[in-house]
Amino acid sequence: MDFSLSEEQILLQDSVVRFVQDEYEFEKRRKIISSEDGFSRDNWKTFAELGWLAMPFPEEMGGIDGTPVETMVLMESIGKGLIVEPYLATVVLAGGLIKEAGSPAQQEELIGGIVDGSTMMAFAYAEAQGRYNLADLVTTASQQGDGWVLKGSKCVVLGGPSADKLVVSARTSGDQMDSNGISLFIVDANASGVSRRNYTTVDGNQASDITFNNVSLANSDLLGAEGNALPIIEKIIDEATAAVCAEAVGAMEVTYQASVEYAKTREQFGVAIGQFQVLQHRMVEMFMETEQTKSLLYLAIMKLAEGADDAAKTVSALKAKVGTAGRFVGQQAIQIHGGMGMTDEMSVGHYFKRLTMINTLFGSVDHHMKRFAQLSD
Amino acid sequence: MDLSFSAEELAFRDEVRRFFKEEYPKDLLEKRSKGQVLSKDDIVRSQKALAAKGWAAMNWPVEHGGTGWTATQRYIYEEEAAAVDLQPLVPFGLSMVAPVIYTFGNDEQKKRFLPDILESNVWWCQGYSEPGAGSDLASLKTKAVRDDDHYVVTGTKTWTTLAQHADWIFCLVRTDGSGKKQEGISFLLIDMKSPGISVRPIITIDGGHEVNETHFEEVRVPAENLIGEEGKGWTYAKVLLTHERTGIAAVARSKRSLSKIKKFAAKQMNGGLPLLEDETFRRRISEIEIELMALEMTDLRTLAAVSLGGAPGPESSILKIKGTEIQQALTELAMEVSGYYAMPFIPESLEPGWNGDPIGPEEAVGTASKYFNMRKTSIYGGSNEIQKNIISKAVLRL
Repeated sequence: MDFSLSEEQILLQDSVVRFVQDEYEFEKRRKIISSEDGFSRDNWKTFAELGWLAMPFPEEMGGIDGTPVETMVLMESIGKGLIVEPYLATVVLAGGLIKEAGSPAQQEELIGGIVDGSTMMAFAYAEAQGRYNLADLVTTASQQGDGWVLKGSKCVVLGGPSADKLVVSARTSGDQMDSNGISLFIVDANASGVSRRNYTTVDGNQASDITFNNVSLANSDLLGAEGNALPIIEKIIDEATAAVCAEAVGAMEVTYQASVEYAKTREQFGVAIGQFQVLQHRMVEMFMETEQTKSLLYLAIMKLAEGADDAAKTVSALKAKVGTAGRFVGQQAIQIHGGMGMTDEMSVGHYFKRLTMINTLFGSVDHHMKRFAQLSD
Repeated sequence: MDLSFSAEELAFRDEVRRFFKEEYPKDLLEKRSKGQVLSKDDIVRSQKALAAKGWAAMNWPVEHGGTGWTATQRYIYEEEAAAVDLQPLVPFGLSMVAPVIYTFGNDEQKKRFLPDILESNVWWCQGYSEPGAGSDLASLKTKAVRDDDHYVVTGTKTWTTLAQHADWIFCLVRTDGSGKKQEGISFLLIDMKSPGISVRPIITIDGGHEVNETHFEEVRVPAENLIGEEGKGWTYAKVLLTHERTGIAAVARSKRSLSKIKKFAAKQMNGGLPLLEDETFRRRISEIEIELMALEMTDLRTLAAVSLGGAPGPESSILKIKGTEIQQALTELAMEVSGYYAMPFIPESLEPGWNGDPIGPEEAVGTASKYFNMRKTSIYGGSNEIQKNIISKAVLRL
C-alpha cells in the first residue's frame, strides 16, 4: 500500500500550482470570466504546451498515458485555483468517451485536436426531465438513408459555448428509460439545426442549453456501437465525477485554510475570533470533513485506476460525501468570515459557489446516496 | 389553550383578503408573483398603499399611527400577506428607527420624523456595523465631536442596506472614548444629503447590490438630531435590536415558500415520477416542515407573551436562529428541485422588472442566487453564534 505520489506526479502538481500562482490571481481570474469567451484561449494553449490536454490519453493517440491519479492531481490544483477553462468538458468527458468508444479514425482526428489544443469539445447528456438519470432520454436519433437524424434538447452542457464538436447521447431504440437503445454521436456544434443558448453559470463557468432540430448525421458520426452506449457513458461520467470531486477537495482545502487564517487575524471583543472555542471546534470539523473526503477521493481514484468492480459504488460514496462536506465547509467558511464572506471581493465566496455547483453536477447527495445503496450488497 | 379564531378574527381575515384583492396595487402583486424584483418606486408605492389603509406600522403604539393589532391579528395579517407574496416592508424606518424615536425621542423629533416614516416619504438606512465592529458592535469607532450646536461625524459604516436609496441614516457614533466601550455611544440621525457622506456599493456573492459602505468625512450634523441623551445610544440600540428580532422568524413567508417548493417539485421529474413523490425528497421536505410547525408555535407563544405586556425577551433569539436556519434550508431545497437548472446565472434577473426568457423552468431562475444571499441571515442582526451567547447568558444563566 502506498499513498505517495510519484516523482512525475509531484512535478505535475508543481507545474499546476505554479500556473495558478502566475496566471490565476484573483483579479486575473475575474477578468478571464468577464471576457467574451469566459475563459482564456491563451491559457488553453499553455495547457496544451504543458501536456495537460494530453494527460489521460494513450501514447498511440498522442497522449502521455496518465492514469486517474494524474487527473486527480491536476484537478485538485484546478480546484485550488478555481480554474474555469473547460478541462473537464473537453478532456475528461468528451475526450474520455472518444478514448473509450471511438474508431481509430475518430480518435486520430478528435483526440489529436484535443491534445494540440485546436479542438474544444463538450458532452451533451443531461435532459430536463431526466434530472441525473443518464438513461432517461427523450432526445432521439433515427436512421434515415445511410445516416441519422437527431432531434431533442440537452440542458446545462458544460463547455457548450466554446465547443467545436459535441458528443451527444440519444435514444436510437427502446423506451424513454430503457438501459438499451442509447447511442452516442459526434455532432458539429455549428451544424445546421443545432442551436445553442449560451450562458455563464453561477460559479463563473460556461454552459449552454442546446436544441437539435432534425440535425443530419452521417453513419461515421456514430461513436461506438449503436444502442450500447450506457455502460460507456456511466464509466466516463464516473471518471468525470471523481475528477470534479478532486477539484472539490482542492477547493475545500483552500476554503478551510482561508477560514483558519481569517480567524487568526480578525479581532472582535479584543481577541482574534479564532480564540473562541465554538469557532475552533467548527474549524476542526471543517478540517476533518476535508480529510475524510480526501480519503474517499483516494479510494475512488485507486478503484477507477485498477478498473475494480466496485469503482462505481465508491465514486457514488465520494460524490455524496463531497456534497455534504463541501456544503458544510463552504457554509461555515462564509459564516466565519461574517459579512466579508458575503462579498464578491473576497475569494472565499467564490469557492463556496463552486462547491455548491459541484454538489449539483453529476447528481446531488440524494442521487448518489441512492445509487450507493443500489450498488451495495 | 385554544387555537381557533373568534368571529371577529375571522372577519378581520376577510378584510385583509379583501384589501389585497381590491385595494392594494394589482401590478405590484403580479410582479411579485412572477418573482420580479421591485424597483425603489414600486417598494415605496407598496408601503404607501399599506399606510393609506393604516397597516404600515404593526408594532407602533396606536397614538403614533400603529395598528393596535393583537398577536392573533398580526399572525393573520402575516399569513395573508405571505399568501399574496407581498413585498416585505423595508424595516429600517418603520420597525427599527421609529421605535427608538417614539420611545426615546423628544416631542419635536416625534413630530418631525414619525409621520414621514409612517407614510414612507423618507427612506431610512441603518449605520451600525463598521469594518472593525461587527459582532462586537460596541467597539465602534465612528466619532462624533461636539462643535457648538453641531456634531462633526467622521468614520465608516458598513453593510448599510439600500443606502443607495436612503434619504436618512440612523447611526451609532462614539461621543466619548474614555470609559467602558458601551458608554460613550450616542444615537444620531443624519441626513444622507449632508456634505461629506459618500456611499460605495458592495456587491455580494449572489451578484446583487444590496449593501454598501458609507463614509463620513467631517459631516456636520445639527445637535438637535441626537436621540435622547448623549452617551446612552447603546441602551437605545439594544431595545431596537430586540425589535429587529421580532418578525425575524419569518414563519408565514417560510410556509409560503415551502408550499411553492412542493408545487415546483410536483412538476419536476425524477426517474419517471414527480420529484415530490420521491421518498428521499419527501423526507427532506418533512424534516423542514416539522421544524417550521414547531417554530410557528414558538413564535406564537412569544407573540402572546408580548401582547400580555413587555418587550420580547432573550427567548426571541430562538426565533432568529431557527427562523434563519429554516429560511436557509428552504433555499437549499429549491436548488435541489432545480437540479441542473440551479446552475445558469441570469444577471438581468436581479434587475427590477426583468421579464425575460428563463433558462429551464421559471421557478429555477435565481434559486442559487437566493441560496447564496440567504447565507447573510445567520450573520446579520447579531450572528447566530451571538444569539446563542445571549440565550446561554440570559436564559440559561451560564
